[in-house]
Order: sequence, then C-alpha cells, then structure tokens
Amino acid sequence: MMKNSSKLVGYIFEFAWILPSVAIPVAVITAVIITAFAVGIRVPDIAGRIDPVAINNVAPFNEPGVRELAPGRYEATLIAQTFLFTPNEIEIPAGSDVTFVLTSRDVIHGFKIVGTSVNMMAVPGQISKMTAHFPEPGEYLILCHEYCGSGHHVMYGKIIVK
Amino acid sequence: MAAITRPRGAERVLATDRFATEIRLARLNILIAFIALALGGLMGVLQILQYNGIDLYRFIKPILPGGYYQGLTLHGVLNVLVFTTFYIIGFLTLITAKAFDKPLVHKGLGWFTFWLMLGGLLMTALPILLNNATVLFTFYPPLKADGFFYLGLTLVVVGTYFLLLNQALTYRVWRKENPKAKIPLPAFMAIVTMSMWVIATIGIAAEMLFLLIPWSFGWVEGTDVLLARTLFWFTGHPIVYFWLLPAYISWYTMIPKQAGGKLFSEPMARVSFVLFLVLSIPIGIHHQYTDPGISAIWKLVHFIFTVGVFFPSLLTFFNVVASLEHAGRSRGGKGWLAWIFALPWKSATFTAQVFAMILFAFGGAGGVINASYNLNLVVHNTAWISGHFHLTVGSAVALSFMGMGYWLVPYLSGRRLFSNFLGLAASWCWLIGMILFSHFMHMLGLLGVPRRSMLGGAPYFNESTYAGVAEWRLLLPVAMVGGLVMFVSAILFYTNMVLTITRGQPEPNQQIPFAEKISGPEDVPAVLDRFWPWVVGAIMLIAINYGPTLYYLISTSRLNIPGLRPW
Ligand code: HEM
Ligand SMILES: [Cu+2]
Ligand SMILES: [Cu+2]
Repeated sequence: MMKNSSKLVGYIFEFAWILPSVAIPVAVITAVIITAFAVGIRVPDIAGRIDPVAINNVAPFNEPGVRELAPGRYEATLIAQTFLFTPNEIEIPAGSDVTFVLTSRDVIHGFKIVGTSVNMMAVPGQISKMTAHFPEPGEYLILCHEYCGSGHHVMYGKIIVK
Repeated sequence: MAAITRPRGAERVLATDRFATEIRLARLNILIAFIALALGGLMGVLQILQYNGIDLYRFIKPILPGGYYQGLTLHGVLNVLVFTTFYIIGFLTLITAKAFDKPLVHKGLGWFTFWLMLGGLLMTALPILLNNATVLFTFYPPLKADGFFYLGLTLVVVGTYFLLLNQALTYRVWRKENPKAKIPLPAFMAIVTMSMWVIATIGIAAEMLFLLIPWSFGWVEGTDVLLARTLFWFTGHPIVYFWLLPAYISWYTMIPKQAGGKLFSEPMARVSFVLFLVLSIPIGIHHQYTDPGISAIWKLVHFIFTVGVFFPSLLTFFNVVASLEHAGRSRGGKGWLAWIFALPWKSATFTAQVFAMILFAFGGAGGVINASYNLNLVVHNTAWISGHFHLTVGSAVALSFMGMGYWLVPYLSGRRLFSNFLGLAASWCWLIGMILFSHFMHMLGLLGVPRRSMLGGAPYFNESTYAGVAEWRLLLPVAMVGGLVMFVSAILFYTNMVLTITRGQPEPNQQIPFAEKISGPEDVPAVLDRFWPWVVGAIMLIAINYGPTLYYLISTSRLNIPGLRPW
C-alpha cells in the first residue's frame, strides 16, 4: 500500500516534469522559425557547384570584388585560398545590403564577419552565399575560422563601411 | 623496485575469477585511455598559454615539429577519439558481463576487439607524431593526411563492432537461460549504446572506405569535400552520445547507490536510452548549418529533431536528480533542497560525477543555442564552441570518467584508492577551473574570437586596427587561469591513480556499485526490453532525414578535388 502511494506521487512528479520537457522544445522551435521566416535570418542554402580548377574563368569568380546590383545593394565575390581572401579588403557605403558570394580554391576555409550574422564555410567545389545589412560606418573583421593549414591564423580580411 | 613492492595478489585472485578476461580487457583499455588523456590534456595547456603569448612549442620543436596545430590534432584525437573510445569499450565490456552475471561468451572475440583497436591506434598515432597528419580530429578533406592515419582510425572503429557482436552473442545465451527475466538495466543500456554507435558509424565508415582511404593512398585523383563532410557529421553528432551514454550508465545505475539511495525509475531510464538510440543520428546536419550545398529546409528539419533530443535529456536530468533526492532523504536530509547537503560530498567518486552533471547542465543549455538553426550563425566555429564542448565532452564525459576511476581503478587493480582527499581536491579544481575556462571561452566567442586558431600569432589579434581585440585581451588571461587550474586538477588525479596502482593497500573482492531501483524491472513494459523496434525506428528516421540530402550529394558528386598538405 505504502509503496503504491509513493509510486503515485512519483507519477505526478514525472508528469509535472514531462510537461515543460515538451513545452520548452516547442517554444524554442517556434521562436527560431519566426526569426528565420518572419525576420529573415537565414542559413546558407544550395547555391550551386563550381570546379575549382575553372574558378578563374567562371563568373562571378573571374572578377572577384564588389559590384553594385541596384542602389544600396551590392554583391561581393570572394575567393578563399591558403592563407588569404581575394580581395582582402572591401569597401561599401553605409546602409547597404551586401550579398557575399564565396568559394575556395583549395581546402575548406571559414568566413565570419565579426559583429554580423554572416558566418559560412568556403568549401572547394561549392558556392556559398549570404547577405548582410551594414547600417553604420566602421571596420569589420573577416576571419577564416576553419583550420586550413599552418598559416590559418594569418588569414583574415576587412570590410570598411564608409 | 616497483616490481618488488607490487604484490602479485591481484593477479592471483584473477586466475580464479570468472570475469578475469573482462577485468584484464577493462584494465588495458582504461590504461590506454588515461595515458591518452594525459598527453592530450597537456596539449590543451600549451594551447591556452599560447593564446596568452606564452609559446612553449618552441622548446619541444624536435618532438612536435608541427607546433600548435600538430598539438591541437593530438589534443582532439587523443581526448575525444582515443580516450573516450578505449575507456568506453573497456567499461562496457566489464559492465555488460557483470550485469548479466555472465562472462562474455567469446573471450577470443574480446581480445580480437582489443588488438584490432590497439593496432589501429598505433597506425594512426605514427603519422600524427611524424607531423604527417596535422589535420585535426575532424580530418576534413582536402587536407590530406598519410593514408595510414585514416586506415588506423577505421580499424579502431571496426574493432569496436566486435564488442557489439560479443554482447549480442552473450545476450542470446543469457536469454535462453532466463526466458522470462528483464535484461539487467546496465546491460540493456550498454547494448543500446553500442547499437547506436554501430549504426552511427556507417557514415564515417563510408567516408573512409569510399572516399578518404582510396584518395589518400593515391588510388583515385580527387575527392568530394562536401559529401565527405556530410558523412563525417553523420557520425560526428551521434559520437557525442556514444561518449555520453556510458557516463549516463554510471549516473543512472551506479550514482544512486554511491549516493546511498536507489534509482528513481528504471522504465523512465529505458525510455530515455531508447530515445537516444532513435534520435541521436538523424540530426547531424545541425553541424552544417553554415555549409553551402545543403538545403536550408533539411537543415531546419535536423534542427527540429535536434531539439527533440531535449526530451530524453530532461528525462535523464529529472530521473537522476530524483534519485539523488531519494538518497539525500534516506540519509536524513530534509526540506525542499536542504537534502542536497546530506549527500556524500566527502566521496571523491560521487562528487566528481555530480560536478560533471552540474557542468553538463550549462553545456546543455549552450547546446540548445548552438543547435538553433540561425542562432548558430552567431557562435559557429568561434571560441564559444570550445567553451561548449569542454563542458560536455570535457566535463560531463571526462570528469565522469575520471570520477568513475576512483572506484573503477581500485576495482580493477584490487587495491584501495590511494587518497579520497586528493580525489576531492581534483574534482573541486576541475569544477572551478572549468567554470572559469568555459565561461570566458563562451564570452570570447561572442566577441568574435575564432576557434582552431593560433591566436598568439594572429595578426588580426596582435596588429590589427580592429578595436574589438582590446576586449579579447582582457578576457583571455582569465580563461588561462581556468585552464591552469584544470591542469592542477589533472596532476592531482594522475598522482592519485599512479599511487593507487603502485602503493594502494590490497583490497580484493570489491563490488561494482550497481544500484537498486524504486520503480524497477517489474514496471518495465516488454517493448522497453527489446532492441529491434528501436533499431528499426532509428534506421527509418535516418532514411527520412538523411536520404534526400545524401541522394542529392551522391548523385551530383564529383571526385575532382585533389588533396593538399598546407602544414
Ligand atoms: C587542462 C585541460 C584543458 C585545456 C586547458 C584545454 C584547452 C583547449 C583549448 C584552448 C582549445 C581550443 C584550441 C583552438 O580552438 O585553437 C581546446 C580545444 C579542444 N579541446 Fe581542450 N582543453 C583541456 C582539456 C580537454 C579535455 C579533457 C577534452 C575532452 C575530453 C578536450 C577536448 C577538446 C577538443 C575536442 C577541442 C577541439 C579541437 C579542435 O578544434 O580540433 N579538452 N582545448
Ligand atoms: Cu583558415
Ligand atoms: Cu551535434
């Protein structure tokens, strides 16, 4: 008898715990889906393949750099290779939206613009794409954050927002 | 000298012990594991010193020509591939046999497992030590290591498969002898763990056999980097559950006893284990949110299933805490929370493992952030991630394994623990050191510090005009203090272990601390005593969650990326 009633209490506690164990994940999922699809903070999607040997001949990588697509909208094409980005420094006006188009010539590299949500991998054979808005003038660091060899820590670039 | 002071008593007892083979296997595996952790951990200390401008690599140039990154490769490979795998195989071998109260049916298979893994280990170690495999523990192609590095790792993994085979054969015999009984909980959990692992390693096995081995030995020209990476993370996420579940086995089936109580609920424990079996694998793309070439929709699906793992994790938390509360009250503890003080905080093995749980609670909370799809963009590949996994594998797992060592090493060596006090001191040091280290690594990550970088030599840190680095400079020394306190903890731990096996008082006939249950096997429904339904469930979910992405990657695959050795 004693044992049964203590089991009952146990079941009540289990249930009281199971509820938040379900509710919290559901809340997390909902919140993230809202930020992704209503606010528009997306992760990289499929943006096509490229043969690394052909990089120099294939647009847009034959001419890396910044191009204006429309007023306030830019596309920055970059190539990552051991141990630098081409171009290594980018200038854009404040208030613009920039889409970064990236690939790697050799091994996997990382591409993080500190202080923004741009964070993606540069994978040989693949094209990576992400867009960010730069409201304020300032200097932003681009860091390679994936180990790419003995000079990995010297691989970085800059974005100057004017 | 040591040979004289070491009475051969323990060995003689073994000759008559039914479990002599399991004990020998566990000893060797755990010995290798702890040696690996010692060397691997030492590299960690060098890393955090380097971050702060103290470069000790130049003094060991002759033995570590690859410097920081060769050391980092050792740190990752030794700590999370070698230490974990050998410890787990040793521990599960012992636990399965002891829980069934039946030696593993095939002794030869047990030794075969061991020798295959050891051979693989040596084959992998040599290229790393020669600086021919400075590719970190993730070995992403097209960084190209010596072929034997990949072959050796493959052999280690294949070796582990034979433990599952041995477990399955033993289970069959046990089942014939006990047609009605429920599988003893630790054996059930050990077999679930190994089943999950074997399914999970399909990814890495395919990566090795079809891509990396033929390519690194020069039989094919190139490889497909994204496909390799995806296969790697197919295994790379569930591997963390392979590390964690053995610690959970200790938390569920031993800690309650060591705390002086009973396990709260065996059925609930089994639910969480089978859910880990089903949910661990089909979520690996959450490591590839920032990868190109993978559909954002499948990334989202993997995110949703990842959050699903929250459920068995919270079940574990509840069940273990309820067991601790039961123990606290059985020891005369009272009040809503005051029972906590009645727990055996003077026991090193108990304290170390509860500290591991506490650190893991923070690791789990941070993990939800990492897993959260676009939130991952803030933290991916920053020092935050380092902060995170030192709480998970570096504490929940490593500190638990060290804590279990305080009874396991005495048990295996037939000697009393040299000093419980040293063990307590080591546990407190790890807790304090890790809180400092991981907290500040998390913060540094939020400030943009990248992971896997030799910061002390980085121009963006030392010379750049970027204003933010001033804050990095402020926080890095605190992380270093944390790392050094962890180093002290490790020294205390190893001193204790070495003195236990060389100087400990002989103490034969020790018992494994298997706990009783409040709600035990009598409450376990039949479906929670079977493996196949859950294995089939896992495979089906994997097919759904990975099928389209793998099909797409394989059907568009081109083996056109040559290898490179940029180190
Ligand atoms: C004294 C103790 C330790 C210290 C001071 C330490 C320090 C560090 C540091 C500073 C890093 C970052 C390196 C970088 O990203 O460039 C790191 C990475 C890492 N640590 Fe530790 N660590 C310690 C113990 C451990 C333990 C016990 C484990 C696991 C069992 C572990 C697993 C790892 C792993 C897996 C990495 C990532 C390696 C990679 O990125 O390839 N560490 N550690
Ligand atoms: Cu890099
Ligand atoms: Cu994961």
